[in-house]
Amino acid sequence: MSEIQYLEGKQPDPREHRMIFRNVDRVGWNPSIDRYLEDGGYEQLRKAMDMDPQVITDEVKKSGLRGRGGAGFPTGVKWGFIPPKNTKPVYLICNADESEPGTFKDRYILHQDPHQLIEGMVITCLAVGAHVAYIYIREEFPEAAKTLETAIAEAKGKNFVGKGVLGSDFDVEIHVHRGAAAYICGEETGLIESLEGKRPYPRIKPPYFPAALGLYMCPTIVNNVESLCHVKHIIGMGGDEYAKLGTPRNTGTRILCVSGDVKKPGYFEVEVGKVTMRELLYDMCGGPKDGREFKAVIPGGSSAKILRCDETFTLKGQGPDGTDKELSFWDIPMDFDSLAACGSMAGSGGVIVMDDSRKMSWVLNNINQFYAHESCGQCTPCREGSTWMRKITDRIVAGKASPRDIDILESVAHQIDGKTICAFGEACSWPVEAIIAKYRDELVADTKPENAEAALNPEAEAQRRYLQKA
Amino acid sequence: MSEAVLKELVASPETPGTKHFPPFKPTDELEAEATRRLAQFPDDHKRSAVLPILHHIQHHHGFISAEAIQWTADRLGIEPIKVAEVVTFYPGFRQSAPGKFHIRVCRTLSCAMGGSYELMDRLCEITGIDRSSLDPHHHPIAVSPCGTWSVEFAECLASCGTAPVCLVNDDFHEGVDADKSRQLLDQYAKA
Ligand SMILES: Cc1cc2nc3c(=O)[nH]c(=O)nc-3n(C[C@H](O)[C@H](O)[C@H](O)COP(=O)(O)O)c2cc1C
Ligand code: SF4
Ligand code: FES
Repeated sequence: MSEIQYLEGKQPDPREHRMIFRNVDRVGWNPSIDRYLEDGGYEQLRKAMDMDPQVITDEVKKSGLRGRGGAGFPTGVKWGFIPPKNTKPVYLICNADESEPGTFKDRYILHQDPHQLIEGMVITCLAVGAHVAYIYIREEFPEAAKTLETAIAEAKGKNFVGKGVLGSDFDVEIHVHRGAAAYICGEETGLIESLEGKRPYPRIKPPYFPAALGLYMCPTIVNNVESLCHVKHIIGMGGDEYAKLGTPRNTGTRILCVSGDVKKPGYFEVEVGKVTMRELLYDMCGGPKDGREFKAVIPGGSSAKILRCDETFTLKGQGPDGTDKELSFWDIPMDFDSLAACGSMAGSGGVIVMDDSRKMSWVLNNINQFYAHESCGQCTPCREGSTWMRKITDRIVAGKASPRDIDILESVAHQIDGKTICAFGEACSWPVEAIIAKYRDELVADTKPENAEAALNPEAEAQRRYLQKA
Repeated sequence: MSEAVLKELVASPETPGTKHFPPFKPTDELEAEATRRLAQFPDDHKRSAVLPILHHIQHHHGFISAEAIQWTADRLGIEPIKVAEVVTFYPGFRQSAPGKFHIRVCRTLSCAMGGSYELMDRLCEITGIDRSSLDPHHHPIAVSPCGTWSVEFAECLASCGTAPVCLVNDDFHEGVDADKSRQLLDQYAKA
């Protein structure tokens, strides 16, 4: 690893463990297949070709890999859900919709290292018995879609993809399919509907679990870009070896994307659970901007519940001998289970940071606008509720709300949460519930016109001018 | 009644940008793209090719017209309404012409914190676009009087670490503070 050089100003932090992002910003790197092969590319596929499909799945199970798309579901277990007596075709879909606000990791894999993804996908196809795979990529990545098309053509040219992969009798085709700027296409069943050429209305689960009834009602495995890349490395080092990275139940590496009010925003690939919030935000991101203090952090994409930087959490039964353990915000390890225990989630790895110049009513309003715009409209609580929540926070920001509005806002959120077809319902109500739970006084204070008038920063001012034109 | 509703649903009002885009006409290239895309799906699921075909049309004609909807439906052997419902749902499809250069500014949280609303204000100021009468909640497109520019707010473009960001046609730009608006536009004005 020591010989790898990175571009000036883009050197990884010493605490990083670059595996998936090994080639991102690398000097002398390019997305061509020749460069990838020079670096030992497609060796893991060769290895997997000699393995029994069940053994590949078992290795992935042993690795403990959990999905990097948001839900953190164990990847190998998901693959095992394909009905054993299935006679229909099996499909693999790579979820490259990357649209959860705060998340920016798949972008760099897709643009800079497409063959890593393709190799991971072909290995996954071997494991699950898929002969056709689709990469569903968001429309706003036009360059990446071209890069992928080129890479797939190159891989076909060298027989890593196509008929009789590497001289075997295994056929696999990969197609790139562009979305059309709708967030809900990231939800796996919405994505499947979209791929079928329809509006991306999510399907209800049960019965429509994609592994059993997915694309064209056939078994379909949907995995995130980053998850599929990990598969290649698991085959390379073996499931047990991979599981030594990170912490128990939270294995491997993952890419954390930090944005907002820090000195040095960016992406950091770390062993899961091996860095704390303090190390991430102070040591790796350079701390708050000059003269500012950290106020709040959304740790896993905008749907994740917000955490206050001055909070302390009580983790039930996690101390020595099953006692409760106290954990301050700054000591939270960045892993799935710890963030869940603190009432939020690791989600998609998007860490959004706010300092003391931000008003929570403004932050919430921005988030509410996103969800009101992106609700697919199928379920009444979500369609109407997301718009009501936006309208209420519009009013707060415009200085036209009353303290009672905060209660109404909270009650609307509770009427969405858990009552919808897909998890967008939670995604749009959790930010509201969490911000009210943690910043109620500030929100109530903001309902006084003179407080809402006193904007703290020019960005909020610009957005408010914009809203007042409405 | 339904006929009138349908007509309105697929209507494409003229904009100052219309002059930059050739009206829809099936070409050999479009036919080839449709054939290539259809081959990627099972024969009994031709409808899956609707998004790629519409992307190709929008790329060349700027938006999706009633004629384009009809052609696509015929090509896929489905009812025109099944194409229309796709066009009207996805924010990525337009039903009237944008400017020659279409700018999509990210308005989501990290970019808003980084100043994307100011960027939008400045771009509008320079290009003479008036967004004040638009409903701010549906991200409508606004075209400049000269037809060269159009703007639209986009939701998180997955580059929050380099906020504020925007797309100009297919080109991605990062770290575009409002102060860099003029510079950004100049790159294209000369083209
Ligand atoms: C509203 C919503 C949006 C989502 N957006 C994305 C997305 O942009 N990218 C993604 O990989 N997963 C997204 N997901 C998660 C997917 O539904 C799915 O769980 C994931 O792609 C599975 O891959 P994984 O197991 O590898 O994580 C979203 C889920 C919901 C409910
Ligand atoms: S919860 Fe919202 S986004 Fe999900 S299906 Fe219902 S209306 Fe659509
Ligand atoms: S918020 Fe603008 S790119 Fe994510």
